[in-house]
Amino acid sequence: MLDAKLGSLAGLVDVERGVISREIFVSEEIYRQELERVFARAWLLLGHESQIPRPGDFCVTSTGEESVILCRDAAGRIRAYLNSCRHRGMKVCRYDEGNTVEFLCPYHGWSYGTDGALVGVPFARDAYGQQLDRSRWGLIEVPHLENYKGLIWATWDPDAPAFADYIGGYKLYLDLLLDAWDGREGGTEVIGGVHKWLVPCNWKFPAENFSGDRYHGISHRSVDMVGIGPSGTGRRDNQERNESRWLDVSFPDLGHSMIAFLRPHDAALAPAYQDAPEVADYFRRCEEERRRRRGAEWRLFGGPGTVFPNASPLARQPRTIAAWHPRGPHQTEVWRWYLVDADAPTEVKDFLRHYYIRYSGPSGLTEQDDMENWNYAHAASRGTIARQYPYNYEMGLGRATDSFEDHGLKLPGRISVVTGNASENNQRGFYTRWRQFMEAASWKELSPR
Amino acid sequence: MSVESASLARLLLKEEIEQFLYREAELLDARRYEDWLDLFTEDARYWMPMRRNVPAEDPAREFTREGVDVNWFDEGKDTLARRVKQIRTGVHWAEQPPSRICHMISNVQVLGAPSDDSAPDDVPVKSCFLIYRNRVETETALLVGKREDLLRRVDGGWRIARRKIILDQSVLLVKNLTFFF
Repeated sequence: MLDAKLGSLAGLVDVERGVISREIFVSEEIYRQELERVFARAWLLLGHESQIPRPGDFCVTSTGEESVILCRDAAGRIRAYLNSCRHRGMKVCRYDEGNTVEFLCPYHGWSYGTDGALVGVPFARDAYGQQLDRSRWGLIEVPHLENYKGLIWATWDPDAPAFADYIGGYKLYLDLLLDAWDGREGGTEVIGGVHKWLVPCNWKFPAENFSGDRYHGISHRSVDMVGIGPSGTGRRDNQERNESRWLDVSFPDLGHSMIAFLRPHDAALAPAYQDAPEVADYFRRCEEERRRRRGAEWRLFGGPGTVFPNASPLARQPRTIAAWHPRGPHQTEVWRWYLVDADAPTEVKDFLRHYYIRYSGPSGLTEQDDMENWNYAHAASRGTIARQYPYNYEMGLGRATDSFEDHGLKLPGRISVVTGNASENNQRGFYTRWRQFMEAASWKELSPR
Repeated sequence: MSVESASLARLLLKEEIEQFLYREAELLDARRYEDWLDLFTEDARYWMPMRRNVPAEDPAREFTREGVDVNWFDEGKDTLARRVKQIRTGVHWAEQPPSRICHMISNVQVLGAPSDDSAPDDVPVKSCFLIYRNRVETETALLVGKREDLLRRVDGGWRIARRKIILDQSVLLVKNLTFFF
């Protein structure tokens, strides 16, 4: 079906008309090729540096379906290796995290240093004599790894562009997640513990939902009725959003996107975190400082987004990032990290932690309903008849601009100003890039312009 | 108190607490969530850590920490009440239609039972659970683990002052936790 030629997927993914086949969500063959053409090429999220603070610290993570060890070597450098012994493939680490001087394969006993070098081979002299060149049989290391403001990313493709080029103009939006609330560069950390759970749906359901789906308010109506937000109502503080211009920001040439909000240039501070005066005070002080530091860009706030292909920041309320790990065409393993300002007072971190838990993940009042929808949307799209009928992505077609400006503030990306409820600008951007990855023979055809 | 009457008191207390736990399970399975909430003290804690695969000799890292880390649950009665309220909205799609749930409670151990007949106010109780959840057509899950409760005698009846839930999974194998443990 697929032959990795430009145009070969035109019949399945037609973003110009806003029509996308269900096949790309449910086909075993397309899934198999996604692992090769998307997940073996793209920059993927591995974790956060605060998970491995000391030399010898490690945690096990995932790229596509494959297990990867993320560790800080004895010299303090962050490295990532395929979690598979070079001799017979056994996982050399079956722990989620820890601290070690070596990774010992429990099958035949080959062992590797935290720098990936093959250091131990049982009965080496008798078994191999002088034949075994250990320098060629170390752990398989990712060719490119980047620590971007604490988040660790890697790609398996030696020809992939540098992370800065991969992110491109999206940096402005990703930084809304990773910079401190008062506008300082970086300064965020993750709270201990990574949510990990299985959802029976294709990984693209959550990836495109986070990319820019403002339209699914009905999914969360029950939470809005109950009120779990930081001021006791709704699911988050809304005044700041309601007073803003709603921008769906997409980078179709990169695949990244975010739901963003642009405050009026003369907007006063909006009340937030009213359930806890000390928390409200912290954010008020941060916002004031942010306005001083960031110039006109103080007006920009982030929401959910997706870094192509499967990492989804949520820049604000709750402040999180998720990885949607593919586990076959019909299953996704979600990993979610929760971020706070590293130097925020303990009571602020604790307030946010409680809010994050009651909002997010399988126990979160909000996301529980997302999982139900992704589960049964996927299930009802698998049938022979269902697969003949595409999904509709026409919302807001033709309304986006590549030269957005508001009161002198120019913002990068293809931006759809949302005047009604929503647009599907970002989803179209996501699938534009997805199709490019699936049709390209190599990074030569994919490199950002 | 004679040896016989002390043994009898322990037996009666265990019977009383087992019956309490079974009635509690029945309230959940019968979807009587408001009645279930009434079984918790106002200052109740409800905590379910996540679990990690760690070396056997490093057990301190196995569980996420209460009050510090991200957990599956780490909350009080107020948030539990909001969960109940959400189910009652009629538009909580993850429980619409409602799941069919059965709580099997076993291995009940009453710890710190009295040596005389003065009934204690706070009693630590351990139990195991097997929760069967079936919803819509074929969606089925089994969740197995342990609970460590602190039960408190209030106005002649028992209340749950603290519940720690230890699920025997690391990656959560169900898509959501819309039900109670």
